[in-house]
Amino acid sequence: MALTGIQIYKLLPQTNCKECGFPTCLAFAMKLAAKQVELSDCPYVSEESQSKLAASAAPPIRMISLKSNGYEAKAGNEVVLFRHEKTFYNKPGIFLRILDSDSEEEIKQKVSAADSYQVVYVGIDLSLDGFAIASVTGDASAFAKTIQAVRQISQRPLILMSRDAEIMKAGLEILSGENPLIYGADVNNWEAMADLAKEYKSSLGVIETSLEGLADLTQKITTNGVEDLVIDPGGRSLSPALTFGTQIRRLSLKKNYRPLGYPLIAFPGDAGDPSLEAILAAQAIAKYAGFIVIDHFTPASVYPLLVLRQNIYTDPQKPIQVQPGLYEINNPKPEDPV
Amino acid sequence: MAIEVPVDKWPGEVRSVTIGATASQGGTRSRVVTVGGEKTLPFMHFEAEMPNPPAIAVEIKDRRPDDWSPLLLNAWGEVVDDPALWAKAVEEIGADLIQLSLSLTDASGEATTPDAAVSAVKSVLGASGLPLLVFGPGQAEIDNELLVAVAEATKGENLVLGLCEDKNYRTIVATAMANDHLVSARTPMDVNLAKQLNILISDMDFPLERVLMDPTTGALGYGIEYGYSAMERLRLAALQGDKMTQLPMIVTPGFEAWKTKEAKVGEGVPNTWGEWEERSVNWEILTAITLLESGADILVLRHPESIKLIRTAIEDLMAVPETN
Ligand code: B12
Ligand code: SF4
Repeated sequence: MALTGIQIYKLLPQTNCKECGFPTCLAFAMKLAAKQVELSDCPYVSEESQSKLAASAAPPIRMISLKSNGYEAKAGNEVVLFRHEKTFYNKPGIFLRILDSDSEEEIKQKVSAADSYQVVYVGIDLSLDGFAIASVTGDASAFAKTIQAVRQISQRPLILMSRDAEIMKAGLEILSGENPLIYGADVNNWEAMADLAKEYKSSLGVIETSLEGLADLTQKITTNGVEDLVIDPGGRSLSPALTFGTQIRRLSLKKNYRPLGYPLIAFPGDAGDPSLEAILAAQAIAKYAGFIVIDHFTPASVYPLLVLRQNIYTDPQKPIQVQPGLYEINNPKPEDPV
Repeated sequence: MAIEVPVDKWPGEVRSVTIGATASQGGTRSRVVTVGGEKTLPFMHFEAEMPNPPAIAVEIKDRRPDDWSPLLLNAWGEVVDDPALWAKAVEEIGADLIQLSLSLTDASGEATTPDAAVSAVKSVLGASGLPLLVFGPGQAEIDNELLVAVAEATKGENLVLGLCEDKNYRTIVATAMANDHLVSARTPMDVNLAKQLNILISDMDFPLERVLMDPTTGALGYGIEYGYSAMERLRLAALQGDKMTQLPMIVTPGFEAWKTKEAKVGEGVPNTWGEWEERSVNWEILTAITLLESGADILVLRHPESIKLIRTAIEDLMAVPETN
């Protein structure tokens, strides 16, 4: 939460030495609150004040961006609980899960279909954001091979899924120069996973099934120097997922509670009932997920999900607008009137 | 370390509205359905108990519909030719409520008469014990003519009469008052218009315990975000204590979704839209689930598969999660 001018003033030396170019510390504080000057213009701010001011300037939900080869999936930086209060900014990335037990043929077929999928809705191209590759065989080379196979077809951002640091490392090795999401760290493996996140400059998914446990874990990890986190509080069916999503969003926005101020990741396919996957994904879109991993790619369910995401993330102040111009609608022929 | 999750304590609550009447209450229904009564936002079980689960109403027509998607007609089969059989099928599939939508004309194109409307309603009441909503064809004057006849012929059943809009609310409310029914008050996706109609209705001394409000929604891709936000704002206003918004909300995702090109058209559409029936059902369920999250108390649905899935979703959302 941003500090007011008066709150900032209390953190300044209050000597009115004028070196910042303003007649008083208060005048400088006011400018700082309005983000018109830089804190570094005052040479005398204590280190403690500096870190307090930096922390207050950070957004309540940290922005996490997964980039690869010109693609980007970013989440976080949200400022409201209800879209009518302002708008939702960063559409949750939708990722398709590929297993390292899938056959080469299956991988090829799934990934090419999902990667090339593009549907036009009111003149906007909609597509999936990337792939989550999961180690289920427990074999590092199978994991690495699957990642390679996916990368041969798609250049979109990736989420790597394994709780085993050795296996994760084997995957990260292949993606040199990229920073996929490492999913993830739990109470047992977090140190090794945090080391990998540092080494490969990647974001880290943090997994714990209670808010307290999750907050403890993120604090340990940030203390270890990894700040780009994505959180998974569990809650795989509708009711707990809605509760966790709402509680975390409220803690971030209303209390500026940093240990849970990260985008959420949701796994609608984990509910067990495949017919509920689209429903769970729809809830995740409206109620606060930052990354959504689905297990089934069919246009008949992905198309409505992408449209829903587009609708919910439309700025209520600026509804869908089409650029003025001439467009072809309904295959016009030369003899048709203009 | 214990975390103090911010908890909303609202001064207001949504009214409870009961639909239908059993024999001891002056009607013939085998049970009644109560909706509303929320003291907090949808499914926030950690703040307040949600006293009534949202209800599923299933829409049927008085005769085989002319303009419904063939997918819907196939899914229901022959029962669409007979409202009584259709009502039975709806009850069997696990609906809470039946919405009977009267057609503008009969099969030969003649205007639906009040007598025909009454006999359709009576046959549905005879075939199923579920509480009933009866909706006119959607033209104010014709609605008045048909619904007044229906209301009088079913006195005491505690039916929901719709649509009750700014154009015809006086007639619909008067007949609901005289014959012990409820009304569904519809306004077009606007918080103030919704409030205004509720004020007009309560100015007629009609008890708000007998009013549902329909804030109108668009289907997914066709304006759902306006309906969604109008509903969130209405529910927040109700919880903040605004008496004229403290009514359960009814919305029609079935009608809206099945009107879209995505659901209606199977051929000559982009391949990227996917398989027709699966897409259409998804269109309906995603419209419905999104509205459920924004405060719907009654969802009016059409496809049997949607009804099944939304039922599962409601049961899941009503389960109090073990969090913390
Ligand atoms: C959302 C909505 C609104 C929003 C609109 C916000 C906005 N600026 O977009 C709000 C709530 C503000 C609104 C207000 C009104 N609305 Co309105 N609204 C709708 C609704 C529910 C969805 C429209 C929509 O955005 N659809 C999504 C887009 C994607 O679909 P589309 O418009 O059909 O466009 C598709 C194609 O036609 C094509 N296309 C269309 N135009 C173009 C242009 C180009 C360049 C291209 C390439 C393609 C293209 O591409 C699209 C994608 O497939 C429709 C009902 C419905 N379900 O269709 C009513 C509807 C359009 N509204 C209606 C009415 C009457 C009104 C009001 C007059 C109500 C009132 N009494 O105040 C006002 C008028 C506002 C105004 N000044 O225009 C009527 C129109 C009836 C008519 N034919 O005259 C409708 C049909 C509802 C109804 N049945 O009563 N509305
Ligand atoms: S330079 Fe720093 S201490 Fe000096 S007046 Fe400006 S804010 Fe105050």
